[in-house]
Amino acid sequence: MFKKRLLTGLIAGALFSTPLFAGTAFISNERDNTISVIDTKSWEVVNTFNVGMRPRGILLNSDYSKLYVCASDSDRVEIYDAKTFEFITDLPSGDDPEQFALHPNDRLLFIANEDDDIVSVVDTETHQVLAQIEVGIEPEGMGVSPDGKWAVNTSETTNMLHWIDTETLELVDNTVIDQRPRHVEFTHDSQRLWASAEIGGTVTIYDVDSREEIHKINFEIKGVHPDRIQPVGIQLTQDGRYAFVALGPANHVAMIDQQTYEVLEYFLVGRRVWGVGLTPDDKYVISTNGVSGDVSIIDVEKREVIKTLKVGRYPWGVVAAP
Amino acid sequence: MKTIKKLITAPVTACLLASAIALSTPAHSEGLEVRIAYLGFEEDKGPLLSNSFPEPEDSGLKGAEVALRDNNSTGRFLKQTYHLDALHTDDADELYEFATQLHADGVRFFVANLPADQIRRLHETFGDDALLFNAGSKDDALRVNECIPGLLHTLPSRAMLADALGQWLAARRWNKWLLVTGQTEDDKAYAAAIRRAADRFGGRIVAEKEWDFDTDLRRTAQQELPMFTRASDYDVVIVADERGDFGEYLLYNTWLPRPVAGTQGLMPTGWHKAVEAWGAAQLHSRFERHADRWMNELDYASWAGVRTVGEAVAAIKTTELKDVRAFILSDDFQLAGFKGRRLEYRPWSGQLKQPIPLVHPRALVSQSPQEGFLHPVTDLDTLGFDAPESQCHVK
Repeated sequence: MFKKRLLTGLIAGALFSTPLFAGTAFISNERDNTISVIDTKSWEVVNTFNVGMRPRGILLNSDYSKLYVCASDSDRVEIYDAKTFEFITDLPSGDDPEQFALHPNDRLLFIANEDDDIVSVVDTETHQVLAQIEVGIEPEGMGVSPDGKWAVNTSETTNMLHWIDTETLELVDNTVIDQRPRHVEFTHDSQRLWASAEIGGTVTIYDVDSREEIHKINFEIKGVHPDRIQPVGIQLTQDGRYAFVALGPANHVAMIDQQTYEVLEYFLVGRRVWGVGLTPDDKYVISTNGVSGDVSIIDVEKREVIKTLKVGRYPWGVVAAP
Repeated sequence: MKTIKKLITAPVTACLLASAIALSTPAHSEGLEVRIAYLGFEEDKGPLLSNSFPEPEDSGLKGAEVALRDNNSTGRFLKQTYHLDALHTDDADELYEFATQLHADGVRFFVANLPADQIRRLHETFGDDALLFNAGSKDDALRVNECIPGLLHTLPSRAMLADALGQWLAARRWNKWLLVTGQTEDDKAYAAAIRRAADRFGGRIVAEKEWDFDTDLRRTAQQELPMFTRASDYDVVIVADERGDFGEYLLYNTWLPRPVAGTQGLMPTGWHKAVEAWGAAQLHSRFERHADRWMNELDYASWAGVRTVGEAVAAIKTTELKDVRAFILSDDFQLAGFKGRRLEYRPWSGQLKQPIPLVHPRALVSQSPQEGFLHPVTDLDTLGFDAPESQCHVK
């Protein structure tokens, strides 16, 4: 899930006001129409609240006050208060919104409409649909560069990355990628784009300026057939050191060196892991394990899975607030 | 049976998409035009006892049409335009004429939703100067001893279906099978595949019965079938009734309270509405909007044939027959087929290897290969005839 990062000022403010307040992680449960709320200190599920039908993509705005949820089968994006979990409003989203990404200005929301082969751009304040951009079949992943210049969408059946200029809201380039591209994630300096290909079994890194491929990562896990290694969710730490990639039915999360692209570790998690999220301090990775209905917590420093938590049915998206 | 005939040449491209896409992409290829033929034979199945739920008459055709749109969606970013020349009819000669005419016009890619004899006839005419996708025949001989160069199979063979069921029965330890076979040659071929699966996966066929009743079972199933299925203890009744004549009436009418599997009841199949994981829900949704009905295994097989051409041409940017064929049979080719695995063709038989869903009419029960059935190359090759069992090498 695309996630906004803290400004240092906000960190200081948060620490002053509630020094003991533990962070919160939100998990969308695709088959339960709920969000599980996890305390990231005790690692317990502390709340579960109802949302629209088939919630998948979730994200937080830049000050972590609002939680956005793609309610795919309700054909809308819902906004909840991230502290009280109260429903605030919903946004028009086009049909079947799956993933989305919020521009750093908190205004432009880019939504992949999986059934309609378009990306909708919605103004989060006026609720206006600013543009509907035609892309390939089954648009899936969405990312916006931290510098706000680029929005990138993946189309699962067309097997392309679609590069959208966020000023003109026009499609300006298309890059062919391996079979069934899923998630895209920009590095925090906006220089590189990481993109996973589920059936291709790879993660490709692109140079953003030239939009050229600069590296392709393959995965190999002892005892797991290569067909089952299906990269989906990607998260990149802010310090530029690590990347985490969910490997689907391989039931592992890969830890990768963001600079050398070397795979450092494979963590065994639950069954069919498709989402990964980082806590804002980059200390923990939370993986959503779709088939086993749980999430696994990975301690980044210790490099181990420290806990597995039962959540709802088919946990899909994950995002964490401080 | 009424004749349905459809003749479509579908240049779906321009209207869909022209405007919004300011393609600054430098052309990866110079405006390729790709023609694919679809040949669909609507077989007269004869009178059926179980005729309350008619099968769609355009099975296969609709799958090819959806795949054409999929191809053009990618194609528009690559300046490739795909066209489908399609004929779906119950007249075999008309199909043959149509195909030979297209071949004379330069068409080389044929998706053939046809019975085995019509596929053989096409091959005899075209030789290897065409790429044929068998999307209509489950015949094992086509894949094992006939070794037709340039023939690929997107529809699973009977052996693959039977093995998928056999593995699942082995996993459940339901090892005692009662086999009930219909009258047609196809039913007998299905039964032969079941016997082969029994040998491979430790099933024991405790008795075999041949269905030769001619009563209308909608009235007398309750009396007839318990007697008919009397046998020493069995775990499951396996029925080989490909036309759907009597098999539906076996369920709940067996002598022993046992499940029914095979062509009815729990069915191994190439595709079904109940398959919804791995993005399949999206394919169903596209299909249903286009066809206004559910997508079945024939639709899927034709879809896979048209998509295979699209994937290959998108990757190698040429429509040269020998290049396309070589690429499809190479290690570089893979098709994302919404079954959770990358799909490839077996270089010996030209068969698309694929997981096989096991479904009942309203739900997915399992998907084979089952866990624990191992293979030195890929567990997908535990389904159907493997390389050492086949005399072919179509590559």
